[in-house]
Amino acid sequence: MSASPPMRSENPQPLIQVRQLKKHFPIRQGLIFEKEVGAVKAVDGITFDIQQGETLGLVGESGCGKTTAGRTILGLYPITAGSVIISGISLEEADKEHIKLLRRYAQMIFQDPYASLNPRWTVSAIIGEPLRVHKLLADDKARTERVHELMLKVGLSPRLINRFPHEFSGGQRQRIGVARALACNPKFIVCDEPISALDVSIQAQVVNLLEDLQDEFGLTYLFIAHDLSMVRHICDRVAVMYLGVMVELAERDELYDNPLHPYTQALLSAVPVPDPKTSRKRQRIILPGDVPSPINPPSGCRFHPRCPIAMEHCSQQEPEWREVTQGHWVACHAVNP
Amino acid sequence: MESQNLLEVKDLRTRFHIAEGTVYAVNGVSLALKEGETIAVVGESGCGKSVTMLSILGLIPIPPGEIASGEALYQGRDLLKLTESEMEHIRGKDVAMIFQDPMTALNPVLSIGRQLGEPLRVHLDMDKPAIRQRSIELLEQVGIPDPAHRLTEYPHQLSGGQRQRAMIAMSLACFPSILIADEPTTALDVTIQAQIVELVQQFREQMHMSVIWITHDLGVVAEIAERVLVMYAGFIVEEALVDDLFEDPRHPYTLALLAALPRVDRRRDRRLNSIPGAPPNLLLEPKGCPFAARCELVFDRCREEMPPLIQVAPNHHQAACWFDVTTGKPR
Repeated sequence: MSASPPMRSENPQPLIQVRQLKKHFPIRQGLIFEKEVGAVKAVDGITFDIQQGETLGLVGESGCGKTTAGRTILGLYPITAGSVIISGISLEEADKEHIKLLRRYAQMIFQDPYASLNPRWTVSAIIGEPLRVHKLLADDKARTERVHELMLKVGLSPRLINRFPHEFSGGQRQRIGVARALACNPKFIVCDEPISALDVSIQAQVVNLLEDLQDEFGLTYLFIAHDLSMVRHICDRVAVMYLGVMVELAERDELYDNPLHPYTQALLSAVPVPDPKTSRKRQRIILPGDVPSPINPPSGCRFHPRCPIAMEHCSQQEPEWREVTQGHWVACHAVNP
Repeated sequence: MESQNLLEVKDLRTRFHIAEGTVYAVNGVSLALKEGETIAVVGESGCGKSVTMLSILGLIPIPPGEIASGEALYQGRDLLKLTESEMEHIRGKDVAMIFQDPMTALNPVLSIGRQLGEPLRVHLDMDKPAIRQRSIELLEQVGIPDPAHRLTEYPHQLSGGQRQRAMIAMSLACFPSILIADEPTTALDVTIQAQIVELVQQFREQMHMSVIWITHDLGVVAEIAERVLVMYAGFIVEEALVDDLFEDPRHPYTLALLAALPRVDRRRDRRLNSIPGAPPNLLLEPKGCPFAARCELVFDRCREEMPPLIQVAPNHHQAACWFDVTTGKPR
């Protein structure tokens, strides 16, 4: 991971371009004559780039659409509207061969290290699976060698190659998931809450591993998380989502030191700080109520019913997604200019 | 000093006898809770923090569980020696508990009103109209909108935050003197977590309750606790006032844990300090210090003999370590 985030000018061609991306899940009713009666607007028009070699954090509360966004970008869900371009290849227009190539090129690490590994498969079969699927190493011996190599890379002893997932601890299982994601030499990895199921002392191990691998292989990460402290630690830029839309995106320290959107401000103020003296001094913005349903989101700015500074036209007009200072994007009527 | 303690637990040991052997879950825990005080018990999964509380409340299934030793004195009575029916008069009335997952702690097929009314009916012997009125009051107090209507609804119709509020209402129904909160905010988002923390603090002051807050989140600890107990593998390894613990940690595990945490309010200045390895296997009878295998300071004695929890600094700051971490030398 680079100490300073890559500037736009150095990377004219972003690795990932997401434009007005929407993913709606239809709600159907009726047994025989199914009718569409509505849609869960999980992701409802998001636009951003990810530069080669950077870590972009995607944060927000449960149900804000961050996981759906990550999965849609990888082509795991068909796109409802908008576009995703990975390394110049558009997800929508790609033919079968291209899609196959993308699947190798872009990988995912999942949240739950218990549910994301097949309990009946050995470590060897789990880590070797992508190699087999993509016919990269057809020869069994070569594949075993590669699995050995990958296990060493993620800090697992190759002696454990024939063990089953239940014989490992949570942290070790997450390492298996990381090794599987690395098997096909990907360029881009979506990390979907990779550490939230782990204990604090193990979280640091996995985060440090992800950083080392990024340095070694020049990986680009989309890091989806709700732990805002960890996101500040490992991401170069951070995007905040609320109810299917992006409300703010900026370089890491800019976002945390100078949050512009009232939702970002409330979110950051609610994060507990492991320091009692600072904690007593901090001003908390407590938001009223819960996140509304994404089936029927509020009109205008989706945050207006909970917003402490909402104005009259916030409920009527959707705020524009705009760049207010270099690299700092926000969608809020109250932000000047 | 002693007389002020509302609850006093001494040398509690809880084990579970399962097919694979014996799980040494709690290995000699002692703690004291004063009137009106909030203490936090912090530790990672499997450290025995929940089992300690469940043991005190008589909620450990026996078998496979076994309370091998210890006492839990509350108002002069040892809770561990009470019969189930005696315990039922205390649980939910004098000592109430809220749980991590409100969806599994609430009964999905009973309405909120029915569940909220139960402690009122059982412990306070109220009649139906009084129960209804008190239930509405309680829901109002915890900030649930339209309480009269909510009484007829079922847990699945409430959001996660509201379910936790409903559970808090239930636990507060009989004005308990002790509230045990077992990771009540872990399943919630940070903005909802902030609401719940605020709510519990507000009630603690109003009702002059004592609170035991169990958590793995040192950020939450810093926010709510006056005194903190750090648990590891069934042992209390450090105990201190909250400021002392964060400013001057004296156990290598506490030190390592604090160094493994990123801060939301600070710029990144280093890699995270990771603690190598994993917590010990609880199926093995504890021998020596449980943290020895992961500790930087470890020496021979640590592997042989468990260090006692002794006072290492003013304000009853206690740690269980053969080393003085401030000098790096054995005591």
